Amino acid sequence: MADVTLRKVVKRYDDVEAVRGIDLDIADKEFVVLVGPSGCGKSTTLRMIAGLEDITDGDIMIGGDVVNDVPPKDRDIAMVFQNYALYPHMTVAENMSFGLRLKHYPKAEIKSRVTEAARMLDITDLIDRKPKQLSGGQRQRVAMGRAIVRNPKVFLFDEPLSNLDAKLRVQMRIEIKKVHQKVRTTTVYVTHDQVEAMTLADRVVVMNHGRIEQIGTPNELYHKPATRFVAGFIGSPAMNFIPCRLEDAAGKLQIRLTDRISFPLPPERAARYQNVPRNEKLLLGLRPEHITEASAHAEPGVENFEVVLDVIEPMGMETLIYFILEGVEVCGRASPNAGAQAGAPFRLAVDLNNMHLLNEATGAVI
Amino acid sequence: MASTIVIDKAAPTRSVKYGSMSRDRAWALRWSYFFLTLFAIFSLVPPLYMLITSLKSSAEISAATNPWWVFHPTLSNYIQLLSSNQFLRFFWNSAMVSIVVVTITMLISVPAAFALARMRFWGSATLATGVFLTYLIPDTLLFIPLFKMFAVFGDWTGIQLINRWYVLLLIYPTLTVPFCTWTMIGYFASIPKELDEAAIIDGASWFQTLTRIFIPVALPGLIAATIFAFTVSWAQFLYPLVFTTSTDQLVLPVGIITTLIKGDVFNWGQIMTGALLGAAPPLIIYAFLMDYYIAGLTAGATKG
Repeated sequence: MADVTLRKVVKRYDDVEAVRGIDLDIADKEFVVLVGPSGCGKSTTLRMIAGLEDITDGDIMIGGDVVNDVPPKDRDIAMVFQNYALYPHMTVAENMSFGLRLKHYPKAEIKSRVTEAARMLDITDLIDRKPKQLSGGQRQRVAMGRAIVRNPKVFLFDEPLSNLDAKLRVQMRIEIKKVHQKVRTTTVYVTHDQVEAMTLADRVVVMNHGRIEQIGTPNELYHKPATRFVAGFIGSPAMNFIPCRLEDAAGKLQIRLTDRISFPLPPERAARYQNVPRNEKLLLGLRPEHITEASAHAEPGVENFEVVLDVIEPMGMETLIYFILEGVEVCGRASPNAGAQAGAPFRLAVDLNNMHLLNEATGAVI
Repeated sequence: MASTIVIDKAAPTRSVKYGSMSRDRAWALRWSYFFLTLFAIFSLVPPLYMLITSLKSSAEISAATNPWWVFHPTLSNYIQLLSSNQFLRFFWNSAMVSIVVVTITMLISVPAAFALARMRFWGSATLATGVFLTYLIPDTLLFIPLFKMFAVFGDWTGIQLINRWYVLLLIYPTLTVPFCTWTMIGYFASIPKELDEAAIIDGASWFQTLTRIFIPVALPGLIAATIFAFTVSWAQFLYPLVFTTSTDQLVLPVGIITTLIKGDVFNWGQIMTGALLGAAPPLIIYAFLMDYYIAGLTAGATKG
């Protein structure tokens, strides 16, 4: 039972500011993922919550108590590291029980907790092995077991799946989600993989350059990104950004991409963007799934136009199509049966009901 | 059509290339064994000669027979040395000095290395380099000032340390501690940082992290350092030669040459026997600890 609160937390190394004033409220039992490119300060933030790094400024609270100067062992947290950090000279059981043994728990209690955690993680058969006899996925389970056994207030995960191969990563991701559903403990999880962030999190915190760009549920971040960074970071393939401007044509607002291509905006969008200055440099943000092959019957807000395709990537269930628009490479997703061919003209449909409009200078989503 | 002909030709060439690769390996092995044999001969011939000589009587040694063969083997040299109280005293002194020095060295250098490798404090990097530089000063340069120090200390306090075997307990660590600390720093530094962070989060104190994680994980390094400290103290010659003179205070290496060389008479049989017996303890220790020494215990700690 613990919520975690960060108030204006700053971390400075000599002259480098790794974390520049973070405010974050993590509710009890919530699964929060910190995501961002390397060097964005997400790991540093996690390590400050763990107490492995001193904080330069601000406050960190766990369960309502300020823990700025509380050593890690008294914060009642457990951490899973990227490289597992298992004690190589101890068996799986000894690894898992190390923390409890240090705190002089009764033997029977230790045994029952280890057995229970091992059962939950499906590593009962491995309990007497040494870490070097385990595979990567098994080691990761043991590392999680070591955290679960402690029954801490907060779980901290520092890129726990980065060392696993792609297939195992998906499997362990599901495993982590299952564990969190069984052991409802406040969890802070750091990753640079936006898919991991989206699939695991109750709420995702997107960080960049030591600051929080946006906090929200996976769906909020995907459908309502606040900045160009979030829009481009969340989702794969990434959102397209096409230079554009707004103009009035016969009393209606329309968006002009090139001299040749312009689209009338759907009424709901036109109302929202009415006050944007007409000469402002803007970016049209469109996710690849909203650029598809044109269909026979027109739908409101969906506009058709023709391009010459540059590259196509057949993925099986879909074909990724690439073309150049205003000097920008644009990616779309077409049906494999649409007959897309590299170097050939292709008739596209863009769904403007799902468009985003960004200010090119500030990167803010309008 | 032309291209298919090329492919046909390529096939046999490739199989020949596989053969040449293993031929490379065979040559590499041949050279390795050649040099290994060379070095084995180089290092094993002297002990062999010692063994042969130790089994001869003085008469046979001075006789002009084949020096590489024993015609009348005798254990008299061994019997004489092992029944001589004086020789056993040297042995005892050496054993005491070595064991205590190893203990002192480990008690100092393991915590020191842990502190220097892991606890970042002001000047820790400079201190670590300083430890190493200390080791670089040769003992031939140090023994005169050290002797003077103990002499002055004796004059001031009345506590006489010169010509006592236990003075070596104070002197040897000046050789062993810097080196052992330095090697242990290297071993501790190779332990992934996450391992002690995990221990700290698990609730371990610095001391518990050292004793329950670092020492077991760095055991091969610890054993290497122990062997080093033991060898240095066991084989040290210059310091005991300078600091101890009475026969009951001597350690083995000095004892052998001061008591078995009488003027210009070299008792070769006993000298060789004494040297062989003196070389035995380090050999036995090496043999026992070799497995630990080689074993890579850190395998599996993190992603291997």
